[in-house]
Amino acid sequence: MIARILSIAAILFSTAGGLYAQVSYERLLRAQQEPQNWLTYSGSYSSHRHSSLTQITRDNVRNLELQWVLQVRSLTGSDKFEATPLVVDGVMYTVRPPNEVVALDAVTGRIFWTYTHTPSNQARVCCGRVNRGLAILGNSLFMGTIDGRLLALSASTGEVLWNVQVAKPESGYALTLAPLVIKDKVIVGPAGGEYGIRGFIAAYDAQTGKEVWRFNTIPGPGEPGHETWGGDSWTRGGGSIWTTGSYDPELNLTYWGVGNPAPDWNGDSRPGDNLYTESVVALDADTGKLKWHYQFTPHDEFDYDSTQVPVLVDMPWQGKPRKLMLWANRNGFWYVLDRQTGQFLQAKPFAKVNWADGFDEKGRPNKVLNPTAEGALVYPNNQGATNWYSPSYSPRTGFFYIPTWHDAGSVYTKDPKGVPYTEGQQYTGLFPTMPVPALVPRPTNDRLPQEAAGAVQALDARTGERKWEFRMSDVIDGGVLTTASDLVFSGGREGYFLALDARNGEMLWKSMVGGQISNGPMTYAVGGRQYVAVAAGNGLFVYALRQ
Amino acid sequence: MWKFLISVIALTAAALAQQHSYTAADIEAGARLYASACGSCHGAGGDNIPGVNFAKALFKTAKSDEDLNRIIRNGVPQGGMPPSSFSEMQAATIVAYLRSMTGPAVAVGGSDRANPSPAGDAERGRAIVEGKGNCLSCHRISGKGGQSAPDLTAVAAPGRGRPQGRVLMERLERALLEPSAEIPVEFRSYRVVTRDGRTITGRLLNQDTFTVQLRDSNERLASFSKSDLREFGFVSSPMPSYRDKLTAQELADVVSYLATLKGQANR
Repeated sequence: MIARILSIAAILFSTAGGLYAQVSYERLLRAQQEPQNWLTYSGSYSSHRHSSLTQITRDNVRNLELQWVLQVRSLTGSDKFEATPLVVDGVMYTVRPPNEVVALDAVTGRIFWTYTHTPSNQARVCCGRVNRGLAILGNSLFMGTIDGRLLALSASTGEVLWNVQVAKPESGYALTLAPLVIKDKVIVGPAGGEYGIRGFIAAYDAQTGKEVWRFNTIPGPGEPGHETWGGDSWTRGGGSIWTTGSYDPELNLTYWGVGNPAPDWNGDSRPGDNLYTESVVALDADTGKLKWHYQFTPHDEFDYDSTQVPVLVDMPWQGKPRKLMLWANRNGFWYVLDRQTGQFLQAKPFAKVNWADGFDEKGRPNKVLNPTAEGALVYPNNQGATNWYSPSYSPRTGFFYIPTWHDAGSVYTKDPKGVPYTEGQQYTGLFPTMPVPALVPRPTNDRLPQEAAGAVQALDARTGERKWEFRMSDVIDGGVLTTASDLVFSGGREGYFLALDARNGEMLWKSMVGGQISNGPMTYAVGGRQYVAVAAGNGLFVYALRQ
Repeated sequence: MWKFLISVIALTAAALAQQHSYTAADIEAGARLYASACGSCHGAGGDNIPGVNFAKALFKTAKSDEDLNRIIRNGVPQGGMPPSSFSEMQAATIVAYLRSMTGPAVAVGGSDRANPSPAGDAERGRAIVEGKGNCLSCHRISGKGGQSAPDLTAVAAPGRGRPQGRVLMERLERALLEPSAEIPVEFRSYRVVTRDGRTITGRLLNQDTFTVQLRDSNERLASFSKSDLREFGFVSSPMPSYRDKLTAQELADVVSYLATLKGQANR
């Protein structure tokens, strides 16, 4: 009898314990209603990177104080600490580059467990061994790896639940994005646009790791859009996926930005628009079927990856309530689309742009520049006017906040001999040069301020009009977080973590962390205390108000 | 004709690649190209890629300047380095710059100029500097002279990124002839004026959105908050050109003298 009571107690306890840690799909749907937690890469399916926490205000933000730091093992080359942590009920989960999962106490920074996936030496990445974070469902964490695998881990123990091969690393496929969980599926896609991959977005069963659907970002024979690729260029057309998408549960559509066509800087071998590269695609979340697409940069030869986070906003457009998608693209234009139909509503430059001088009514840009044998000077440059860095939308101000590069142009030169393809090797064309020294990370900055700058700028989402801009002496590789107390948290390559007034851009607080800001900041609360976390250089820095 | 031209260019490139000694102009041209295309991955210090460190002449596979030239143009596909649009000549200047990054240990010599300068006499040069050149009214050497211009006591001292030999001589000569043209960063003059009216001039070491860091004319390290400054920025050189003030021989003498100024030893 006692034994029986004990076993019942054990069942009750384990059930209760299990329930406590379970992140159900319903919780993901209503993530904004539990702002103490940060349950997805961008904080919610709408990807506003906006929190309704208000303990830290414009008046007290100057009292922020460092609470703890999580350090990574030493980084080499272009490796960066780009992961946005998740926080679930006081436990933080993040990824140290390249693929080490860490579970830690979100109050003290003390580690509960770590799990290290050692990537195969076949892994190849163009731009650093990076990982942008995890997804969670139930008691499982999901991580993509740079050797093309997708792993499920127990959130309690770090134990591997399943581990599947998504794509071949030796052909240049790598997973660097944080996965997106919708219902019972885990959605990912591969990086590798510099290696001539053929990109895709694929959904995996969260329980088993079995592939459920796959959408080819480079359509094959018989698939719509295939006609936009000359010859067999589609077999190595790029179309990488390396930033997490968004989801509209009412429409049951998931939205993803697609990367560059391959080879990057010479499109002669791929005549046509090269769908769905440099596009946003809207897919049925259950089947992966394409509902609509919009291509930002047809037949791109400037490496303008459209791998930005799709920001979903419901607001009046020209007097009528509308489901919109807001998008500041690497190509220098700010876009407003109808996310139900894909209809193009507006495009405006938010930085210096000279490659296009306008749009037709369907939103096709009028391209006026291409790489030439002599070289063409193009703005924005190869790094773009922005990049994968998370933007933010604040429903309070109605402003859209963009991490921006105001930089010199790139000179794009085309070798008329074309670009040879060898599986697993770089397939790019000639590397663009810059007429002035590139803004490379370096210990000291002796450039003239007029040569180049970084900025956080705020656009009025209704009009695309710039409301304010906070300029920095160096460029920005970090994202933007806004809060309901009208704060903007961001920072640039100089290593200042900044708090700005979301209404006018006034700087309210700064902290020098000694390394470039490298992720999108996030915020959470434990025990009624609000924290703000940012990854920079070799560490994750966590702040709260002085007590 | 084309064939002839091309073969001449090829020959020149080959000659440049093989001579393993480069002119200041090669190195400067290479430095610009490096900054425009290479630095974003390799870093300004050339040590950003594991297993590669230009300042230590550490390469993964390259054994010769010819190897470097080929890699710069063709890339390393399996290693992730894309090819470039640089010509063999341009690549050769980048090689020149890479070789210069190892510092003074690398011998430099040779000149591509039609009329090389006459040999200079350092003692005669000192007399010009202290006399008719009127250099010490602004510059200071070994504690003697003005302080409104960079102290020249150690103008020829060796150090990372500081050329020696002929490159140094050519740079000094250029500074005398065209004082404001492409002043190397370490010789660019930067001036801040504080809100309380103090003016500090020196070399800009670093800057960011909120601050500037200088080494002032007394070699003191100083950091300023921009909010405390009335003005800040680079100043163009107030130094006159000596092109019409000195003969070629006098110029060579002054350059020879300046090249002996290596810091403490001169005191």
